[in-house]
Amino acid sequence: MNLKTETSGGSVIVFVKEERLDAHNSGDLKTEMNRLFEGGSINLIIDLKEVRFIDSSGLGVLVSGFKNASTRHGTIKLSAMQTQVKSMFELTRLHRVFDIYATVDDALES
Amino acid sequence: MKNDIVLEITIPNQTCYLSLVGKIGESMAKELDRYDGDREELASRINTVLTEALVNAIKHANVTDPTKEILVRINISGKELAIRVFDNGQGFDLNRVPDPCFDSDILNENGRGLFIIRSLMDSVVYKKANGGNVLEMKKSLR
Repeated sequence: MNLKTETSGGSVIVFVKEERLDAHNSGDLKTEMNRLFEGGSINLIIDLKEVRFIDSSGLGVLVSGFKNASTRHGTIKLSAMQTQVKSMFELTRLHRVFDIYATVDDALES
Repeated sequence: MKNDIVLEITIPNQTCYLSLVGKIGESMAKELDRYDGDREELASRINTVLTEALVNAIKHANVTDPTKEILVRINISGKELAIRVFDNGQGFDLNRVPDPCFDSDILNENGRGLFIIRSLMDSVVYKKANGGNVLEMKKSLR
């Protein structure tokens, strides 16, 4: 999976540079988030700008990240969701769980 | 029947084929001129349903055995879309799959796939077929 990570202020931004976040590749995102958590980063922003498609496995990995961040008294924010991805969050009601922002900058400024 | 479309795809029991099958389903929906609704939305729905059904077959029915195969049959007849995903595993009980969207379960990491399929299609049945099982999902195209 193509992921790009940047640090800004007290947050680490993980850019998911894939068209799909699904059962085939979402395990890589989970591994990267766990690596960041174990390295002491507790405030993550997951940028989904390039993700056009997400399935239940992708959603599950983000839920895993949410729980991991919460356990460590950190945060996980999501940015730049495309319409189809947002509709999956709404269908599963996960939009009520996550802090969702239009852009990475909005997430950083919040 | 004239104008019926039947598309059959057989893939190995591996998640690396999810994108391929999802995109085939999407492309078919975008070309479906008999559908008067939003074809982009239908394409997205078919991509999602195919992906979730395949993952279900790969991981739960065929228990991630890479030597097994999955047959996908997409049938458009008149104003009805039917997607059938055949596995040759031990299967599962569709009625015992919980709804993960209740507040008490919303932080479950698994179990949303069948809920998503049920939400996006008109009917969903899982039954014995061809020595294995089939997940049969139908949607009206009216």
